Amino acid sequence: MFDLILTNTETVPGREIVRHLGLVQGSTVRAKHVGRDIMAGLKNIVGGELKGYTELLSDAREEATRRMCEEAKTMGANAVVNVRFSTSSVTAGASELYAYGTAVILS
Amino acid sequence: MGGFITVAILLAIGLVFGQINEQNHFKRLRRDEEDLSDILTVNLKDLPLEMQPNGMLVSGNVVVAVDYFKKIATGIKQLFGGRLRSYESLVERARREAIVRMKKEARDIGADAVYNVRLEFTSMGQQPRQAFGGVELLAYGTAVKLK
Repeated sequence: MFDLILTNTETVPGREIVRHLGLVQGSTVRAKHVGRDIMAGLKNIVGGELKGYTELLSDAREEATRRMCEEAKTMGANAVVNVRFSTSSVTAGASELYAYGTAVILS
Repeated sequence: MGGFITVAILLAIGLVFGQINEQNHFKRLRRDEEDLSDILTVNLKDLPLEMQPNGMLVSGNVVVAVDYFKKIATGIKQLFGGRLRSYESLVERARREAIVRMKKEARDIGADAVYNVRLEFTSMGQQPRQAFGGVELLAYGTAVKLK
């Protein structure tokens, strides 16, 4: 999916970190759309998984990760370690998906 | 009067289908967990020395919501406080489902262990009085292949 090695541990198994390049980050703000909202409203009567929202959030998270990877690549990194995800709601009906990590060069 | 009937119908639908949904979900979760039990998941940062090089980030997420009956029942229960069983089962379902999906992704790439598992919780309801009261659970970790 991404041509970098991503881990959320501080090291990469079996590889040695030669240099730390610094923090890289990627974020995206997404709003839910009306069609999905109506479906979710109906689904809310019976409960259970809201697939529209699951997809929306995982797409958004992928986008944030891709932006982070692009930043890492421009720095000349070949891996990002200690990746973390966080979500914050900026305004009603929209949330920010944020991914950050440390860009490194592996041997 | 019409409004009252609508609410009663919604409550009945929520009660019946919500229960069926939840039971089916728990049944599916038990089966999936059994199926994926060979994949080790730990939340330790330190990786053991004996493993094949390289790792990969895997994640699983899910958004689940309570049904209408539980929503109303919880509203009443909140007047008295105490334990809210319906929300306990909601977050339990979400958490287990997210972990199952993460493990599936790990298996798809041929890994047999996931290290440094982290769980991230997001509440999707914007305002307390709004119709939508779902929660999102994200599970992520580093998938590795042990030797």
